[in-house]
Amino acid sequence: MITTGFLIYKIILVVVVFTISLLIAMYSTYAERKVAAFMQDRIGPNRAGPFGLLQPLADGVKMFMKEELIPTVSNKFLFILGPSVAMFTSCITGAVVPWGTSLQIGGHDYPLQVTDINIGLLYVFAVTSIGVYGIMIGGWASNNKYSLMGALRASSQMISYEIAMGLSIIALVMHTGTLSFREIAAMQTGWHWNIIYQPLGFLIFLICAFAETNRTPFDLPESDSELIGGYHTEYSSMKLGFYLFAEYINMFISSAVISTLYFGGYHMPFIGRLGLSHNFEAILGIVFLFGKIFFFIFFFMWVRWTLPRFRYDQLMNLGWKILIPLSIANVALTGTLMWLFHRI
Amino acid sequence: MQALTTRAKVAVNKKMSFKERIYLPAIIGGMALTIKHFFMKKVTVSYPEVQRPFAPVYRGHHVLKRDENGAERCTACGLCAVACPAEAITMVASERKKGEENLYREEKYASVYEINMLRCIFCGLCEEACPKEAIFLTDKTVSSDYRRDGFVYGKDKLVEPMDKNKRIDVSKRQTPEVAEFKKHPEYAHNKLNNKSLNA
Repeated sequence: MITTGFLIYKIILVVVVFTISLLIAMYSTYAERKVAAFMQDRIGPNRAGPFGLLQPLADGVKMFMKEELIPTVSNKFLFILGPSVAMFTSCITGAVVPWGTSLQIGGHDYPLQVTDINIGLLYVFAVTSIGVYGIMIGGWASNNKYSLMGALRASSQMISYEIAMGLSIIALVMHTGTLSFREIAAMQTGWHWNIIYQPLGFLIFLICAFAETNRTPFDLPESDSELIGGYHTEYSSMKLGFYLFAEYINMFISSAVISTLYFGGYHMPFIGRLGLSHNFEAILGIVFLFGKIFFFIFFFMWVRWTLPRFRYDQLMNLGWKILIPLSIANVALTGTLMWLFHRI
Repeated sequence: MQALTTRAKVAVNKKMSFKERIYLPAIIGGMALTIKHFFMKKVTVSYPEVQRPFAPVYRGHHVLKRDENGAERCTACGLCAVACPAEAITMVASERKKGEENLYREEKYASVYEINMLRCIFCGLCEEACPKEAIFLTDKTVSSDYRRDGFVYGKDKLVEPMDKNKRIDVSKRQTPEVAEFKKHPEYAHNKLNNKSLNA
């Protein structure tokens, strides 16, 4: 089964997905600064290269050049493990996202997905919950009260919101009947996007995605203004860079997951009727998917520069007292509707 | 009592209504506001390329004027140093030697004239105090430096060039009121018209 051609194709796909996630994460930092600036009536970074396009490179060089500090009171092994785990987990989530249908080259069919495991959704959940360890370990190993506070907040926040997220996904799984990303994406042809069948589930999932990626209004783990950076207070140089970078990769991947689960993935209405060749349609699908992803990345930034941070008790209230009952109600509602319309 | 602002709101510790408690309408309103600003005209001025115009009476870098023959007007009377609230000005007076008539306007002149730009608050009182129309503030800004001693400006940086084409124009600072006031006989020795000042 495993031939050389298959291996080469998979390796190329892995490298391309990896590179694209890093590249998009890199330019998300630039986009974030530009979006922030535009929303505050400023023009943002414009000195490095034309329109400041080389700014991420300059930032990267700066990060590498910074002095590498490991506090003497910290646990050195865990201190290095923290950012590594954070970076690693955010990089491997992209493996199950279907980036397009498939390319047909020389009679072979090459699906544009690194791996189509039948429990893709569970895989994403498993990996993102390991991501909590990156933050928790980093905050703990720093041996600093602010870092520990940030880490505690991060872990309690992520654990609370994972429940609501999982429950909102259960309703989606009831509707689609599968845990495989590929099948969920393939199902949403035309206008049959899951958002239409699961609007409440989408809202809950979106809010939880914000909490999972530690973005404003749920950026309590970082809290620049009160916890001076939270779990990464003691970090410097590229270890800090990894933490910051992991956040942007997470943002990219969660945008991809949201687009795939609720917004039709690589599908676009009416495009199937044009009678285009299979390969051309696949490439168009990739373009559509990335359009949706870019919209959601922008949406993440848009919300960040609109809303203030939640207070800790408000965050917990929202998670446990509102989102979890709401998602349970959503599961019940989905079940009732499916029973009424005889779709079971 | 009159309110200090028209946007003041009375804070009430009331329970939030359902609409307020689900947050979403407020969030959508806020996001509409930010996206509106996203497309608004930006207020940033890209400084080194674009410079905002200075007011003609802007108080910046000082200049020590020369008269129409190129002789320094300053006579080291010290009134500017006395007037200076920040005590930024120091000077050393010297007597003019024979043959230096083309360099210094009167028998006494300042051989050392220093302004500490870190102390200076650019109030313009030196300009007001000067009986000889010798010191003026200009619309040039004081440049930055890495060391404190670089901010003590001597005559090399303060006195305007001898070349008539490179003289610094301060005529815009001479409002009609000032010019009229200085026509008083007491100031006759200064030949108070803009022509002679900027010659």
